[in-house]
Amino acid sequence: MKAEYILPDSTISPKRAFPLLLIILFLVLILLGINLGEVSTVMEKAIKICLDCIGIG
Amino acid sequence: MPVLRRWIQIVSTALSNAYWMFPHTKGIYQGTLKSICAPGLNCYSCPAATGSCPLGSLQSIIAGLRPAVKAGHYHFGAYIIGTLGLIGSLVGRMPCGWLCPFGLLQELIHKIPSPKFEIPKILTYMKYLFLILFIFILPALVIDDYSYGMTWFCKFICPAGTLEAGVPLIFLKPELKELIGVLFYFKLAILFVFIVWMILSRRPFCRVACPLGAIYSFFNKHSVFRMIHDSEKCTHCRECYNNCPMGIKFYKGPNQHDCIRCLKCLNESCRFGAISYEIAGMPVIKPVEPQKSALTPP
Ligand code: SF4
Ligand code: SF4
Ligand code: SF4
Repeated sequence: MKAEYILPDSTISPKRAFPLLLIILFLVLILLGINLGEVSTVMEKAIKICLDCIGIG
Repeated sequence: MPVLRRWIQIVSTALSNAYWMFPHTKGIYQGTLKSICAPGLNCYSCPAATGSCPLGSLQSIIAGLRPAVKAGHYHFGAYIIGTLGLIGSLVGRMPCGWLCPFGLLQELIHKIPSPKFEIPKILTYMKYLFLILFIFILPALVIDDYSYGMTWFCKFICPAGTLEAGVPLIFLKPELKELIGVLFYFKLAILFVFIVWMILSRRPFCRVACPLGAIYSFFNKHSVFRMIHDSEKCTHCRECYNNCPMGIKFYKGPNQHDCIRCLKCLNESCRFGAISYEIAGMPVIKPVEPQKSALTPP
């Protein structure tokens, strides 16, 4: 049996718009982080063995 | 669908831990993929890990906030918070149900036959305490002489770190054995307690202690993907609760903070068509297939 898809009406309710606003906000945050050079900071930490994670830090 | 979800969990676990050169290199993977945050909890110091752990990265950035600012680098975790927020806004806590290796481990261990116990609801709020205290406040405020903080959750709690990094690296690098102290045994004890608890209860680490699950949970009610409960069709038969890997009483409301969107309630439990989901406000209705047990009078 196939699932039945009900098409939404064309108005965008606030309930539906909120996730979109969140997506835009977090995309901006990602771009800001990349711009600030955080990607290389994440990389630097992740390629070294973390003694805290192991439990001998 | 249950088979599909299990396969996706297995493939995701394999991809998150796809560096199988470590027995030769005696070290961890250091390629560019490590700059990408994994969607689930997977320790970046695991010898096979290909991505970086969002919780470990976030704590490191917060712990190094003051020295970074002094050096003119305004790093506050925007990249990591943005990544987690983007995933959360799209699907809420779904990565916990479909992608996280530590989630899969808990589901498999829970299959071991034993008496099973429910986790008191009040304990499920502790993960927010772990998030605020161990990920943000303590790493930011407790600093050493050089203004560096510590990664408190990794250091004192995280059983995934002990299991995926601690245990294998002790075998891989025998020189680390000399550094083992009380802390290592403390973390082993935490891991042991959680493993026993996993046998007895459904996903105890996810429900009680995981700060990553806590972050995703904020988005469950506001994400593009949302669960729907039809209270008119619901008979309160509690089948959804009986089958839910997170022990959620779905009939009390959809999109509760612990719902990992595994869809077990929809596909394997509800015989009355009371459960469905919507994507961007577009309902996807799963038609009820008449089942003998639902039609036969008790
Ligand atoms: S809550 Fe569970 S499934 Fe989700 S990230 Fe944490 S360990 Fe993984
Ligand atoms: S399985 Fe369906 S009908 Fe039964 S309690 Fe849950 S939502 Fe209601
Ligand atoms: S309520 Fe349903 S979708 Fe949510 S975790 Fe439980 S079984 Fe999975």
